[in-house]
Amino acid sequence: MFARGLRTLSIASVVLITGAFALVFLYAPNDADQGFVQKIFYLHVPLAIVALGGFVAGGVWAVRYLQTGDRGHDLRSYVAIHLSLILGLGVLATGAIWAKASWGAWWVWDEPTLVSFLIVFLLFACYQPLRFSIDDPERQARYAAVFAIIGGAFVPLNFLAVRLASALIHPRVLSTTGGSMPGSMRLTFLISLVAMVCLFVTLWKYELASKHASMRLRALKRALAGDEAAGPLARTAAPTQL
Amino acid sequence: MPALPLDDAGPYVAGAYLVFLALILIYVAIMASKLARIERELVELADSVQRRSEAAREEEAEAVRR
Repeated sequence: MFARGLRTLSIASVVLITGAFALVFLYAPNDADQGFVQKIFYLHVPLAIVALGGFVAGGVWAVRYLQTGDRGHDLRSYVAIHLSLILGLGVLATGAIWAKASWGAWWVWDEPTLVSFLIVFLLFACYQPLRFSIDDPERQARYAAVFAIIGGAFVPLNFLAVRLASALIHPRVLSTTGGSMPGSMRLTFLISLVAMVCLFVTLWKYELASKHASMRLRALKRALAGDEAAGPLARTAAPTQL
Repeated sequence: MPALPLDDAGPYVAGAYLVFLALILIYVAIMASKLARIERELVELADSVQRRSEAAREEEAEAVRR
């Protein structure tokens, strides 16, 4: 059900990521201003875009869950947010490394882009504890969906607010006035972005398939051994049934 | 700040890419361990089903013998 096309996606991810990294180091020229350290851009920015996109996707799946009551959409929303949190961790780590190399500091509190991303990350970091705190699966899914929708809507609002705020040192990429990337850099960036999207979708389907298999196995155990013999369900943040 | 020379920038770039690879590898390793647990439980379940069907067959044979 969830594993359909996973093999093709996995191969595409490996090929695209390898190709993107090869382009970064063998094709894209060094930045005139920042030099070699700008190579982090091709990793950091696609990671950030995909992580934020994943949060929004989690919100969209949550809307679909509330519309239809289909627990599959709750699972999709949960996995998208879970994965985005992991990528978000990567964004913060790679961003801090880049900041240290470029600005001489691991973190700059005055910069709206950095702080706004941290706020979004910390907001969604509350998603898992929220789910874990609710025992009833139905209520857990409903409350988590409301949280995911509000959080998902916050992402584009946050993005707009950052665009309107005055930049301190963090550049505004992909802006209407900032299209000064040469063709080779633009191509490398776009391929890196596509590779990151492909990786996200692959891991998303991978985790969905794993969670689904685990749910089916638990249901099978209960059907064979009975609810009592199978033991009580341990409390978990992840959806436990479809 | 002026651009860092290649010797100084190299460790930062390598560090950023290694962090990304480590994150993905840790994620895949955790997922693999979960998958291994699912497989183990599936084998246990299959064994239990087999034991049950064997017991049922023996009971049936016993009933026929009587």
